[in-house]
Amino acid sequence: MATWVIASLTWRELVRRKLVVALLALTAIVIGVSGWGFSRVPHLHLGGHPLTQGEVHTAAAQLLLLVMFMFSFVLALTCAFLAAPAIAGELESGVAQGLLARPLRRRELVLGRWLGLTLTISVYTVVSTTLEFTLVRWTTGYWPPQPIGAEAALLVEGLILLTFTLALSTRISAITAGVIAVIAFGAMWLGGVAGAFGQVFHNAAITNVGVVTHFLLPTDGLWHAAVYAMEPSSFAAAAIRGLNSSFESTSGPTFWYLAWVAGWLVVALAVALVSFESREA
Amino acid sequence: MAEAATEPAAGQEASTRPFPRPAADSPAIHVSQLTKSYGPTVAVAGLSMSVPRGEVFGFLGPNGAGKTTVVKLLLGLARPTAGEGMLLGSPLGSLEARRQVGYLPELFRYQGWLKAREVLALHCRLAQLERSSWPEAISGALRTVGLTERADDRVASFSKGMQQRLGLGVALLGSPRLVLLDEPTSALDPVGRHDVREIVRGLRDQGVAVFLNSHLLAEVEQVCDRVAVVDHGRVIAAGRLDELLARPQVRVRCTGLGAVAQQQLSVFGVITDAEGWLTVSGIDPGRVPDLVGAVVAAGGRVYEVDPGQQTLEERFLQLIEAD
Repeated sequence: MATWVIASLTWRELVRRKLVVALLALTAIVIGVSGWGFSRVPHLHLGGHPLTQGEVHTAAAQLLLLVMFMFSFVLALTCAFLAAPAIAGELESGVAQGLLARPLRRRELVLGRWLGLTLTISVYTVVSTTLEFTLVRWTTGYWPPQPIGAEAALLVEGLILLTFTLALSTRISAITAGVIAVIAFGAMWLGGVAGAFGQVFHNAAITNVGVVTHFLLPTDGLWHAAVYAMEPSSFAAAAIRGLNSSFESTSGPTFWYLAWVAGWLVVALAVALVSFESREA
Repeated sequence: MAEAATEPAAGQEASTRPFPRPAADSPAIHVSQLTKSYGPTVAVAGLSMSVPRGEVFGFLGPNGAGKTTVVKLLLGLARPTAGEGMLLGSPLGSLEARRQVGYLPELFRYQGWLKAREVLALHCRLAQLERSSWPEAISGALRTVGLTERADDRVASFSKGMQQRLGLGVALLGSPRLVLLDEPTSALDPVGRHDVREIVRGLRDQGVAVFLNSHLLAEVEQVCDRVAVVDHGRVIAAGRLDELLARPQVRVRCTGLGAVAQQQLSVFGVITDAEGWLTVSGIDPGRVPDLVGAVVAAGGRVYEVDPGQQTLEERFLQLIEAD
């Protein structure tokens, strides 16, 4: 019960402090600007001829992947910035001491914060991506093959980073937790890029860097899962021919990879709960 | 007093384990050999004490003496290195203990984005009070700490003093049986300090134990039944105020006394001479006229006689210097 009190408090805090409004407003601006861009695609010419429907879809898919890549980056930063002070900030300010003097279990505080942040991130992800997909379809006619799969992959990518940062926040200062999380996210992305290069040049060692990073902190792996769910089949075919990059994916995630991600999420949350149990306030 | 159970680690809730039902007559606080070390630094060294229900207990000490650490150990916010204790008959840090305790932290910080009324409502929920009792509990707390007119203002707009008043209101919610106040007047003006003294006296009248952690000695002196003085993590003196200050003294402003004459006066008590004032500590109050007569007989000229009781501050400084 106390978990829901903290979750509700967290949600109210983000709403009251205008974070939810800010996210939605910025999303509206980005969607408005990108919508104008997408609306121009059907009117483009190539070699003096208007684009065919297939070419419009290809261009729209490429643009969509670029926009969603930016969204994925913003989502990751948002998760890190929200989760880093969620526990550490409360301890540093002294707010946590007042709460923990009540009959509130420490795991209830951590779980409540996680639930409140998860709710916020879920609303942000689902609303933003649904609006973007709808806009792309309305302006260009392109509709991702697996829109729900794409949304789910992006959401879980955010939750992975959010949970990772929250676990750090139970032990180290807010600023350090945030910086570590952002650097880790960037490092995983670079690892994924390195892995793609390894595939192009058939270098097993470099390819393995990408594989390892996809398991170590599965944010980049989930980004590629989202890419696969959003790209037309022609992109996947190109990637198989050796042109794999952050904006193309050869295949969707396997069942075992998804199981790994689920396990990773559960273990990270468990670590956060156990870590804070033994922390002194 | 129920036997003290093994101490739960910080954050481990003992309520999930069986422990003796708290006896109604168990002390508000009972700790035995409570020790807390941070690496080589000993913050609390084998603290043993008992505070009965309904008593106002002053916990005094200079900065860094370990006072706040003791409060954190009592609430389970920190884990003891050794020792054990009970609050109101329940193990330190247990949910059962925390259900009956009100706490004003030294760092009184509350959610600045909430209104004062909402902060109190949040703590009503966390304290698991009956929902029907919230309105009365909240308005009562606001009234007691003088924040009724600011109830619907955001905490972020409050001065430090008002935030401390709010913290006091939070600590009073839900009719606690023990209230832990950590430096409760550090941000308050003289009116606020007077109000806090009245609140503490009111709690005592209701049979609520108050653990007052402070280094503002004048206030402690005015409201506490008993005090303990801590330094370097250990109690260096404890007892009722009248016992602790049971060193009657008289100060005589006089001139014309030589060293020999002063030595002769030592039959009345311990003599110290500073800035024209002769202080005789430990004198039997009935012998003050004899003392004055002896000074005059020794050739001294007496201008003023101050039969003052030693203040807590004087005793405190004496204890700290001797430690």
